[in-house]
Amino acid sequence: MKSIAVRYAPIVMLIALWELSSRTGLVADDVLPAFSTVIERLWQLSASGEMLTHVGASLLRAASGLGLAITIGSGLGFALAASALAQRLIQPSLTFLYPLPKSALIPVIIIWLGFGHAAQVAVIFLGCLLPIILGAYNGARSAENTLIWSARSLGANAVETEWHVIIPAALPDLLAGIRVALALSFVLLISSEMVGAQRGMGFLISFLGDGGDYAGMFASAFVVTAIGFAADRGYLAVYRYLLRYREA
Amino acid sequence: MTNTKIKFDKVEFTYTPPSGRPVQALERLDLDIATDEFVVIVGPSGCGKSTLLYLLGGFLPLVQGEILIDGRKVTRPGPDRGIVFQHFALFPWKTVRQNVLYGLERKTMSASQRQELAQKHIDLVKLTGFEDSWPAQLSGGMKQRVAIARTLATDPDVLLMDEPFGALDAQTRGILQEELLAIWGSRRKTVLFVTHDVNEAVLLADRVVVMSARPGRIKSTIKIKLPRPRTPEVALSAQFVDHCREIWDLVREEALKASGVRT
Repeated sequence: MKSIAVRYAPIVMLIALWELSSRTGLVADDVLPAFSTVIERLWQLSASGEMLTHVGASLLRAASGLGLAITIGSGLGFALAASALAQRLIQPSLTFLYPLPKSALIPVIIIWLGFGHAAQVAVIFLGCLLPIILGAYNGARSAENTLIWSARSLGANAVETEWHVIIPAALPDLLAGIRVALALSFVLLISSEMVGAQRGMGFLISFLGDGGDYAGMFASAFVVTAIGFAADRGYLAVYRYLLRYREA
Repeated sequence: MTNTKIKFDKVEFTYTPPSGRPVQALERLDLDIATDEFVVIVGPSGCGKSTLLYLLGGFLPLVQGEILIDGRKVTRPGPDRGIVFQHFALFPWKTVRQNVLYGLERKTMSASQRQELAQKHIDLVKLTGFEDSWPAQLSGGMKQRVAIARTLATDPDVLLMDEPFGALDAQTRGILQEELLAIWGSRRKTVLFVTHDVNEAVLLADRVVVMSARPGRIKSTIKIKLPRPRTPEVALSAQFVDHCREIWDLVREEALKASGVRT
C-alpha cells in the first residue's frame, strides 16, 4: 500500500501542478484546461453514453486488426521458419516493408477501402503484422535441435514436432512481438480514426479539438491512455502466466 | 561377432558450416555392436563422436555408407532409439511428469497405464515428489535424471548417450554413473555412450572405442574385462588403472594431433 503511494506520488504532484497553473492563470485556460474541468467533462461525456459508443467502436477495430495480425502473422512467421520456399517468397517483401512507417499507409488504404471500418482495421492489421511475423519467425528458429530430436526419438512426427516443440519454443519471442504490436495498434487506431472515421476515440479527440472543446479533448485522450495502460497490464499478466515455467 | 544389433558400414560424413569449407567429420568408419552391449566412444574434441551418435539416431542425413539396426537401414529418428543429451533437452514448458509422459502419449495404452509407467520411471530415477516441478526449478543432475526417465519410459532397444554427465559436477556425475550401471544391470539395453572422460568410459563399458582426430576413424577398441556388477570401488583395482592408462595414451596421441602438436 505504501509502495503504491510512493510510486504514484510524482503523478499526483504533476496533477496538482497542472491544476494550480490553470487556476492561477499561469497557463491560459483554452491552452490547458484545469484538471478538474477535464474530469468534469469526462463525467459528462461518460454519463451521456457518448464516450462508451466511441470506446466501443475503437476497441472493436483494435481487436479485429490485432486479432487478424496475430492469426495471420504467426502463421506466416512459422511458415517462414519451416520452409525455404516460403522464405524465398516472403522475405523480400518483409525486408522492404520493415523500415516503412506504417502510418504512411493510412491515406493509401483509405483510397482503397474508403472511410469505413475496414480501412482502420486494415491499417492496424498491416502495421501489427511485421512485429508478429518476426517474433514467430525468430522464436521458431530458436528452437534447439536437441529438443526437436528428442521429440522425434520419442515418436513424434513432423507435424507433432511443429506443434509440440517448435511453436512452444517460439512462444516467448512471439509474445514479445505481440506486445510491440499491441502498443502499435493503439497508435495506428487513433491516427487512422483521426482522418477517416465517424466514430471512435481518434475521431472524438480530433472532433472535440476542432470544435474548441479542449476539456473534452483532454478527457478523451485521458480515456485512451487509461485503456492503453490497462491493455498492457492485462497482456503482461497473460504473458507471465503463459511463461510461468521460466520462473524458477 | 555374433548377435549384431548395430552395424556401421563404411560410414562417412562431411558437413559444411554456414560460412566455410566442407569438413570431413567421419571417414570410412566400421563398427559392430552386439545386442545389450555397452559401448563407450572416446576421442579428442571434434573427432566426430557425437556425429556418429546423431547418425545412428537418424538426426543427420547419411549420404555415404550404411547404418543397420537388426539388419534394417536407419533413415530417420524412431522410438527404438532413445537419446540423452549433454544439456538435458527437456521440454521447459512441461513439468517433470509431462516430460516423462511425452513419449508414452504416442504409444497405444490406457491413460492410467501411461500414468503408472511415468510414475514408475520417475521413482526409478529417484525424483518422487518432483512430478509437478518445472525443469527450471531443478538442478543439473535432477534434469538429467528426468531426461533418463523420459527416455527409458518408452523402453527403446538402443540407448544413445551424448556426454550425458559432461555438464554435471564431479559428485553428481559419480552418483549418476553408479545409478546408470544399476539400471542397466536390471534392464539390459544396447548402449552407445559418448564421453571424453576416460575413467567414466572404463567404469561403464564392455568395450571402449577410441576414435582418431578428425576425420574420425576408429583407432582401436579395447575390451574392458572388469567383472560386473561394477561399483565405484572397481576404480581402485589395478586392472582399472591399467585400462585407463592404455586408453588415455591412445586418446592423448590423437588429442595432440588434433591440436597440431607433433609427437
